Amino acid sequence: MTDPILSVRDLSIAYKTGRKESVTAVSGIDLDLYERQSLALVGESGCGKTTLGLGLLRLLPGLGEITSGSLTYRLKDGSTADLLKMKPEQLRRFRWAEAAMVFQGAMNAFNPVIKIVDHFADTLRDHSDGKRKWTKAAVEARAGELLETVRLDPDRVLQSYPHELSGGMKQRALIALAIALDPQVLVLDEPTTALDLLTQRSIVQQLHELRKKFGFTMVFITHDLGLAAELADRVATMYAGRIIETGSARDIFYEPKHPYTAGLINAVMPVKGLRPQLESIPGYPPSLKAMPSGCAFHPRCAFATDACKNERIDLDLLTERPLGMSHTAACLHHDQVRFERKCTDTSAARPASIVESETADV
Amino acid sequence: MSETPLLKLSGLEQVFDTRKGPVAAVGGVDLEVKAGKVLCLVGESGCGKTTTARAAAGITRPTSGAVEFRGKPLTAMNAAERTEYRRSVQYIHQDPYAALNPTRTVYSTLTAGLKRHGLVKGRTEARAKAAELLRLVDLTPPESYLDAYPHQLSGGQRQRVNVARSLAMDPKLLICDESTSMLDVSIRVSLLNTLGRLRDELDVGFLFITHDLAVAKYFAWDGEIAVMYLGKVVEHGPTPEVIGNPQHPYTKALIGAVCEPDPDLAKANRSAEQLRSAEIPSLHDLPAGCAFHPRCPAFEPGVCDGERPLLQLAERRNVACHVVARDRRRAAAPDDRTLTFDAVPGSRRPEPESAI
Ligand SMILES: Nc1ncnc2c1ncn2[C@@H]1O[C@H](COP(=O)(O)OP(=O)(O)OP(=O)(O)O)[C@@H](O)[C@H]1O
Ligand SMILES: Nc1ncnc2c1ncn2[C@@H]1O[C@H](COP(=O)(O)OP(=O)(O)OP(=O)(O)O)[C@@H](O)[C@H]1O
Ligand code: SF4
Ligand code: SF4
Ligand SMILES: [Mg+2]
Ligand SMILES: [Mg+2]
Repeated sequence: MTDPILSVRDLSIAYKTGRKESVTAVSGIDLDLYERQSLALVGESGCGKTTLGLGLLRLLPGLGEITSGSLTYRLKDGSTADLLKMKPEQLRRFRWAEAAMVFQGAMNAFNPVIKIVDHFADTLRDHSDGKRKWTKAAVEARAGELLETVRLDPDRVLQSYPHELSGGMKQRALIALAIALDPQVLVLDEPTTALDLLTQRSIVQQLHELRKKFGFTMVFITHDLGLAAELADRVATMYAGRIIETGSARDIFYEPKHPYTAGLINAVMPVKGLRPQLESIPGYPPSLKAMPSGCAFHPRCAFATDACKNERIDLDLLTERPLGMSHTAACLHHDQVRFERKCTDTSAARPASIVESETADV
Repeated sequence: MSETPLLKLSGLEQVFDTRKGPVAAVGGVDLEVKAGKVLCLVGESGCGKTTTARAAAGITRPTSGAVEFRGKPLTAMNAAERTEYRRSVQYIHQDPYAALNPTRTVYSTLTAGLKRHGLVKGRTEARAKAAELLRLVDLTPPESYLDAYPHQLSGGQRQRVNVARSLAMDPKLLICDESTSMLDVSIRVSLLNTLGRLRDELDVGFLFITHDLAVAKYFAWDGEIAVMYLGKVVEHGPTPEVIGNPQHPYTKALIGAVCEPDPDLAKANRSAEQLRSAEIPSLHDLPAGCAFHPRCPAFEPGVCDGERPLLQLAERRNVACHVVARDRRRAAAPDDRTLTFDAVPGSRRPEPESAI
């Protein structure tokens, strides 16, 4: 089982913004996902995480388009398929049964005039292989079982309309819906944004168990680095539409080599200890319409030199490992990045700061 | 200090009628927000935070209890006062996907309220004002976003447009419902700093709902935190006290569940499941006595499952827990051995009559 379950090569995605204008939201993505892995996709708001997630399932909205690259899946029956060549009918079966997505803004993903139970009925009937007959009773039984795995009370929730559930309850119902047909790949876009910590915890635990039981591969998009540390074997950081660092969770959280990743981890607010003076990464994320040249992070980077402004910087292999676990970073000066974990201990609480450049020392 | 609070909720109750009978989503909440201060509302998904916020913003009418703005009950306001209240109190919807009108550009969304209240004259002024608002929430350069439609924005970008819209009206009270939940840590810090300036320089008061305790701690350090569980406040006090030294078993569990961005720590924590049950009780059928008792690690039979615990002062904050209250009484009177009811293990003191 050393073949990846999903193989992405040089994927680029653009959005049409006018008759002849378009913006590139994601570019040059190479990614191999292996069975049972969980990959966290982290990065600044607007950097293209959702776009990439939607692209992986070809679920982009009408104005979004995959402009280059390939997406190859290994299906449940062992055959491989090029997603970009699939016909609409194949694609419909593929989604939910082979790969499913939990959308960001889950709270709004339900049709407001349809009861929760009917959402399950629609999904089960539309996307299953047609071998099984989904009677009303069968739907209710399956949906009830799924809702229980996300700690919702089927008696109450099944017959509810979406507006009768709180934000977090809707989010959980959507996770239940996504795993209804035992997909092999599950893409979760900010799956726990509206959930309190205890519910988050129990969902994380559920996902761990479900993954063990059903062996699906998980890509989850999150801004919550604590959650990523807990749930991910691998992490990929995105910035301005590109993956700029990948590695095992330990690589990324203990030894980030891209200045942006390091800054992100150091901007996390600790709950324990005194309140430190926090700093955000200086400057603003770039807008797609005004992308900086060279390394897109250079206007905000403490290590930037003239060389950074000139040409695109590709991922450099730092530590090679099998099964996609290698540590790579797209930074000219990654050897200068020394990450110092911000202290969260009361006794030594001190201001968090962006990693300082060694060369900046006089 | 007896200055009139900006917002005062007293005995707030909201009961929804559903096919399965009435659901008491909020069951008697008393809270205050003062000018220039922050009150954070935290608690389990579905415990009634949004319902409380919507009643406070005048979007829904509570089934019982009162909402007062600057000492005046909403129900007693005349038309002019209501208009003023609508302008001064801005509610930022929990779901930025549902809150933005899909057919309006960002510019049109940001300036609709300003135009309605006659606060901007002409298109140039309106665009300049909208651009200024976008800069406040780190959407720069503003020209890239002014003419975009919501579907062209990412989740976090929509969330910030939502925040910017509420700032347009120079509000006196902001009710933020998970308004930083879709932002990465760096932009979140920056947005909280912006909101913090409104609080400190313009005396804006905040009812701030968040599930992120770090955000609560950071933003409400000089303010208060109220922890809700199944429609009621179970712990309420100054932020550093509640976070640093939680008293209610539910708050303790919440704080114990925090995950730091550290994979090894996370793995070590994973096994530490502290609650007796993960099941959230149904609002249709609340457990007797303390609603948390089926899950509470400190549950004591006979003590917790009789009556509902009331909020009582403990360690500079209010806590609704029988066990905390009892331990406190014990600690307060360690020497009056002759009078103690606890001399015989297992015996009980009578319940206290009054709360707070
Ligand atoms: N339909 C569209 N037309 C034009 N631009 C778009 C469209 N959809 C998204 N974008 C832009 O593409 C970029 C990436 O958006 P995406 O939703 O993938 O971000 P994200 O990383 O998921 O951010 P967030 O964490 O805020 O959800 C953003 O700058 C956004 O403004
Ligand atoms: N219109 C409605 N009809 C029936 N029940 C409702 C309605 N609105 C909310 N509820 C119920 O009231 C309870 C509280 O909901 P609320 O949205 O206030 O929770 P919340 O604390 O904001 O949760 P979250 O953190 O998940 O957003 C939930 O059980 C919900 O199902
Ligand atoms: S390539 Fe240059 S600008 Fe980009 S992150 Fe590395 S040092 Fe900074
Ligand atoms: S009253 Fe009892 S069950 Fe309720 S929180 Fe306190 S110890 Fe736990
Ligand atoms: Mg997104
Ligand atoms: Mg809510």
